[in-house]
Amino acid sequence: MKTKLYWAFADAKVLIWRSTMHILKNYDQLLSAAFMPIMFYLLFRYVFGGAIETGGPAYANFLMAGILVQTAAFGSTYTAIEVTTDLQRGIIDRFRSMPMFSTAVLVGHTTADLARNTISSFIVVLVGLATGFRPTASVVDWILVFGVLMLFTYALSWLMAIIGLLAKSIEAVQWLTFVLIFPLTFASSAFAPTDTMPGVLRAFAENQPVNQVIETIRALLIGTPIGNHGWLAVIWSLGILIVSIPLAGYLFRKHSSR
Amino acid sequence: MPRGKYAILAKKIRKSFGKLEVLSGVDLRVERGTITALLGPNGAGKTTIVRILSTLLKANSGQASIEGYDVVKDADKVRGMIGLTGQYAAVDEYLTGRENLRMIGQLYHLSREDAAKRAEELLEQFDLVEAADRAAKTYSGGMRRRLDLAASLMARPAIIFLDEPTTGLDPRSRLAMWDIIKDLAKQGSTILLTTQYLEEADLLADRVVVIDGGKVIAEGTADELKARVGKERIELTFATDKDLQKAAELVKAKLIQTDEERRTMSVAHDGGVRGLRKLLETLSDGKVHVEGLSLHKPTLDDVFLKLTGHQATVKTGEGEKE
Repeated sequence: MKTKLYWAFADAKVLIWRSTMHILKNYDQLLSAAFMPIMFYLLFRYVFGGAIETGGPAYANFLMAGILVQTAAFGSTYTAIEVTTDLQRGIIDRFRSMPMFSTAVLVGHTTADLARNTISSFIVVLVGLATGFRPTASVVDWILVFGVLMLFTYALSWLMAIIGLLAKSIEAVQWLTFVLIFPLTFASSAFAPTDTMPGVLRAFAENQPVNQVIETIRALLIGTPIGNHGWLAVIWSLGILIVSIPLAGYLFRKHSSR
Repeated sequence: MPRGKYAILAKKIRKSFGKLEVLSGVDLRVERGTITALLGPNGAGKTTIVRILSTLLKANSGQASIEGYDVVKDADKVRGMIGLTGQYAAVDEYLTGRENLRMIGQLYHLSREDAAKRAEELLEQFDLVEAADRAAKTYSGGMRRRLDLAASLMARPAIIFLDEPTTGLDPRSRLAMWDIIKDLAKQGSTILLTTQYLEEADLLADRVVVIDGGKVIAEGTADELKARVGKERIELTFATDKDLQKAAELVKAKLIQTDEERRTMSVAHDGGVRGLRKLLETLSDGKVHVEGLSLHKPTLDDVFLKLTGHQATVKTGEGEKE
């Protein structure tokens, strides 16, 4: 007799496969996940970049950390869309009527998102390297960059799963994720240094979680001072995970037994 | 471990969404190996019953069990015995038909090989072999519905819930679905299906449970139900209100309904020519002039009209009934 835990993992594996197939078979989503960050990178690198004073590093070097985190943040919103779509199409009802670990649906979407975001990040780094991005990072630094980025993406995806469970429609998902992600990525040092921002905004921008991740990755990539950013980035990511996984699980189960 | 002769048992099920009471004390018994149809209009509470029995929804009060297992306390046991096909075909759009079935098989914890084998059987049985490698989003409504049903049969459930299995299907797909359901019954499955069509209930079900406004208002075989309405219904049209009134007086015993605005009335009819002639003689003896006459098979509306005094398609709340 196999244990409950064994089957929970088995179910998660099947549903990770399912979500991965969604990524591979949904060409429009795949292309938008690949092109969006490249467009943003090129926009800031060439359109705004010349006018932005970084107070040190060349803009191509300064920008990369912000673009990587923005890619991860935008990429995580697909989890919310997938969860809402599943609820609307009724396939979650099917899973729930089966003797399986149906919360694994969420594990499937968040984990597949992680894979897609990793690929998107690689693409962005390659485009960067081709257009003047010159990192000083060692191999260990690179491993840490992707480690921090993946941990943060995974945390955001679980947050997005919660939005997906709460939203009543795809349109609602779109504005909810926009309202959450947009200020967190732009009110930060992602695209411009924070020291020209007005007081309150600056205080928010410098202390909010996304900025900790950006500063950590920037420090690892081009050697800017890391300060406490590294620890704070990890603590924030783990904190979000610890809160959002049980909350998403709770909302998922509650959804079923109204 | 079957207990007694009923596979599905529900007692005094109540369910409200907010202030709206959807089920107000539903009792249900489904004998093992039979097809029972839950017949009722939109909003009668059919889907809610199915969702409660299939562990998706908790009732506010009452008790329901599948093969003796409580749907709340032993939900996992119940889930291992049932197959659910919902109103909206719950298949994965991006996966192919074959991938859909294999995935569901694995989630039912069949081995990879068994899941693959069972998927091929069902693709064959449901005429989906040709479409097996196409994404489900390219399927027609009928194909989707068949795939959905096939998915719910992957683990060979003893009890099958079909929530409006033919709603929205074209006539040909509907016939195909009916054949499939009849086959399932022949193989010994216990089936609870919901439908808005009397014809469907009549054709498929051993037993029909009529539900309206969250309550069971009648149950029996389709024939028993139809006997209450008559085999057929004659609709008579009159030129004047006076004729209508007089005619209604003359055939009072068989009268189903009069419509004063359209100056028509419906009369129960046993289907024979003799009865028709007798009716017309009665009317002409009473000097009533009949302007038009048409024959109708009884519909759900007629059953409802007879049982509840209102049309099936009209939604009524509690307390509005006569």
